[in-house]
Amino acid sequence: MAKVLMIHPDKCTGCHNCELACSFEHEGQFRPAASRVQAYTWEREGMTVPMMCQQCDDAACVKVCPTGAMHRSATRANLVDWNEQVCIRCKMCTVACPFGNARYDAASSSIFKCDTCQGAPECVTFCPSGALEFVDDEQQVRSRKKAYAAKFREAFQEVS
Amino acid sequence: MFGWTGTILRVDLTKGTITREATDPKLARDYLGARGLGGHILRSEVDPKTDSLGPDNKLVFAPGPFTGTFAPSAGRFNVVTKGPLNGVLAASNSGGSFGPELKYAGYDALIIEGKAAKPVYLWIKDDQIEIRDAAAIWGHNTLDTTDLVRAETDEDAKVSCIGPAGEHQALLACIMNEMHRAAGRTGVGAVMGSKNLKAIAVSGSGAVKVADPERFKAAVMKARKLIQAHPVGGAGLKAYGTDVLVNILNQVGALPTRNYQDGYFPTADKTGGESLAAKQLVRPKGCFSCIISCGRVTKVDNPAYAGYGEGPEYESAWGFGSDCGIDDLDAITKANFLCNEYGIDTISLGSTIACAMELFERGFITAKDTDGVQLTFGNTAAMVEMTRKACTSEGFGAKLAQGSYRLAEGYGHPELSMTCKKQEMPAYDPRGVQGIGLNYATNNRGGDHVRGYTIAIEVLQNGAVMDPHVTEGKAGLDITFQNLTGALDSSGACLFSTFGIGGAELAEMLSALTGVEYTLDEFMLIGERIWNQEKLWNLKVGYTKADDTLPVRLLKDPIKTGPSKGEVNHLDQMLPEYYKMRGWDEDGVPTKAKLKELAL
Repeated sequence: MAKVLMIHPDKCTGCHNCELACSFEHEGQFRPAASRVQAYTWEREGMTVPMMCQQCDDAACVKVCPTGAMHRSATRANLVDWNEQVCIRCKMCTVACPFGNARYDAASSSIFKCDTCQGAPECVTFCPSGALEFVDDEQQVRSRKKAYAAKFREAFQEVS
Repeated sequence: MFGWTGTILRVDLTKGTITREATDPKLARDYLGARGLGGHILRSEVDPKTDSLGPDNKLVFAPGPFTGTFAPSAGRFNVVTKGPLNGVLAASNSGGSFGPELKYAGYDALIIEGKAAKPVYLWIKDDQIEIRDAAAIWGHNTLDTTDLVRAETDEDAKVSCIGPAGEHQALLACIMNEMHRAAGRTGVGAVMGSKNLKAIAVSGSGAVKVADPERFKAAVMKARKLIQAHPVGGAGLKAYGTDVLVNILNQVGALPTRNYQDGYFPTADKTGGESLAAKQLVRPKGCFSCIISCGRVTKVDNPAYAGYGEGPEYESAWGFGSDCGIDDLDAITKANFLCNEYGIDTISLGSTIACAMELFERGFITAKDTDGVQLTFGNTAAMVEMTRKACTSEGFGAKLAQGSYRLAEGYGHPELSMTCKKQEMPAYDPRGVQGIGLNYATNNRGGDHVRGYTIAIEVLQNGAVMDPHVTEGKAGLDITFQNLTGALDSSGACLFSTFGIGGAELAEMLSALTGVEYTLDEFMLIGERIWNQEKLWNLKVGYTKADDTLPVRLLKDPIKTGPSKGEVNHLDQMLPEYYKMRGWDEDGVPTKAKLKELAL
C-alpha cells in the first residue's frame, strides 16, 4: 500500500503555509516562487485551492521527457521523480502536464514538481486545517466520502 | 541579512524618483521592523507638527522580520505615518499577503513621500518599479480597484489600495489589501489619498533567508503546538471568529451599548460569533501564514442586506451592533461589507454613528442635519444608510466620515464623543474592565485595544486571572501588554498568537531566524523602546497629561444594567502608578534616565 497526497479545497483557509513549508524544505529559505505546491486564492470569494503534482500513473511529463529525467520511481510507489543530473532543461514536461504542476524555475535552473519530500510531505505537516492529507491510496477519498455520508445521515435523521 | 532583506525602497511621488538604501543592521536589531522600524523612520524624517495630509508627511509600508516566513500567524505589516485622525505616530497593522510579497520583492520597508500631481498607482515587480497613471482606476471601490490594477500588472499581484473614502481623505479611511484585510485605524487611508496614490501592486520572486534553519523550524513547531493546543488560539477563534467575544463581554457587563450609555445589551447574542456561524459563515479564513483562521468569509441572503464578503469581526459587530442599539446581524454584516468596499474603519465609523444617534435622541441634531433620516438607536435601516453615506462622503455622511470627535464638537457636545485622543474606543467598556480603561487613556494611538490587550487576562483568563473590577495591579499588567505588543507588532507577528505563545517563544524564533540573539528581557525592552518612541512623538505633537484620560461619562456615569451595574472607571487610582512604573515623571514625560536606558 502506498500513500498519496489528497487535496481538500473546502477545508483550505488560504494561509499559504503549504507553500512556505515546501520552499523551506527544498531550499532552507522562504521563497514561495520555489514551492512545488501553489495555493491560488480568489479573493472575492475567499476561496483558495492548493495545486500540486498528482503523481499520475500514466504521466504525460514522463512520456515526453527525452532523457528519462522524469521517471516513475523504482524505489517509491506513487512517485514521479525528477533526475536533476540527466535533465537537459528542455521544459517539455512543463508543457505536457495538463495541470501545470511541473514548472521550470530560472533562479535555480530546476524543474519544480512535488517529490512528496521523499514520503514525508512538509506541506501536510504545516497545513493547519486538514486541507492537505497524505493518506493510503486505498483510502484517499474516505474522509471526503464520509463527510458527505454524514450529511445524508443528518437528512435521514430529520425525516425519521 | 537573515529575516530582513537588507533593502529599503523609497519613492518620491513629487519628483517621481525611486531610490534604494541599505537597512541599517543596528536599527533593525533595536526596532525589528513594521511598527518599530517604520516608527523610527518617521520620527527621523518627519516633523511631528507636519500637516498629516500635506506632502511632507510620509507613508511607510513595513513588514517585520517574521513576515514571509512560516512563523505561525506572523505575516503582518504596518502602515506607519502621522495619522490624520489625531496626529499620533500611527502604525496601522494588517494581515494579508501584501506584507510578505513586499519581502519577497526584496524590501524591509517602502517609504512613500511627496505628492503625485495626479492619481497614480505604484507597480513593484522585484527591482522594477513604476509609477503609473491611475486616472481610470480612481473612484473605484477596493474590490474593483484590485481587479483593475491586476489587469494592468500581474493577475497574481498583491494589491494594497484605498477606496473612495481614502480618495475623499475621510479621516476614518483605511488601506485595504487582499480586498478584505484592513490597515484600519488612525486614518492612514486619508494620507494615501492626500498623496494621490490609489494603489500599490507588488510581485516578488525572492526569498526571506534564515540564519539557522534547523533551530528556526524547531522553534516554529513548538510555537505552533502551543497555539494549536490553546482553547482560544487553537479552537475558539476558528470556530466562531473574534465575534465570539460578543457574548463573553456581555456576560461580564462590558459590552458598550448605545454609545457607551450602558454596558449590557440583552439581545447581544443575536450578533455574536455563534449566531454568525449558524447564519452567515461560508468558511473560516486565515491571513498569510496563519494557523488560527479567525477570518470569516460570509454571505447574507436577506434581500434587504444581501451580499458576500468577509467579516464582521468582533469590533465591527459591536460598533454597528450594540453600540448602535442594533441586534440585526444581517444589517451589521452589510455595513461591514460596505466599509471594506469603500475603505473605512468599522470601529470608528460604528462608534461615530452611535454618537450621532445620541446627538439625535438628545435633540442636539435633527432630521434636518441627517438628510431626513430618523437617526435613533436601534434604527437598523438608518444605521446602514448612514454607513453608506459615510462611505461615499455624501450629505451628513461627510461629517460622520471625519469621526465622532469632530462631529460631537461641531454640534457643541464633545462629551458625547466616545474617544481617547480623538480616536474612537473599541468594544470593551472600561467601567466593566478597569485595566482596559487605563490602556485607552495611556495608549499612544488613543482609543485602541490591540496595543494593550489586558482583556486577555481580565476577561479571557489567558494564563493568569485578574478581577476585571479591581484597579490593583492593572498598571503593571497594562505596561507588560503594551511593551510585549510593541515588540510583537514590530516582529510581524499577530496579537492572537499570544493565545498560546509569549515573548519567550517569539524571542527564540526571532533569534533563530535573524541570527541576532534575543533574550526575553531584550525582546521586552525593544517593546518598551518602541512605546517610548511613540510617546515622545505624541509629546512633540502637543499631547499632555490632560489627554491621558477617558470620556467623562466613563469616570462619572455608572453602568446602568447588567453584571457591571453601578461601576465607573477609576482611572485616578491607576494612572499615577502607571507613570511611576513606566519611569516617567508625574506629568507622564519619560525621564532622562529612562530614555538613556532605552537608548532613545
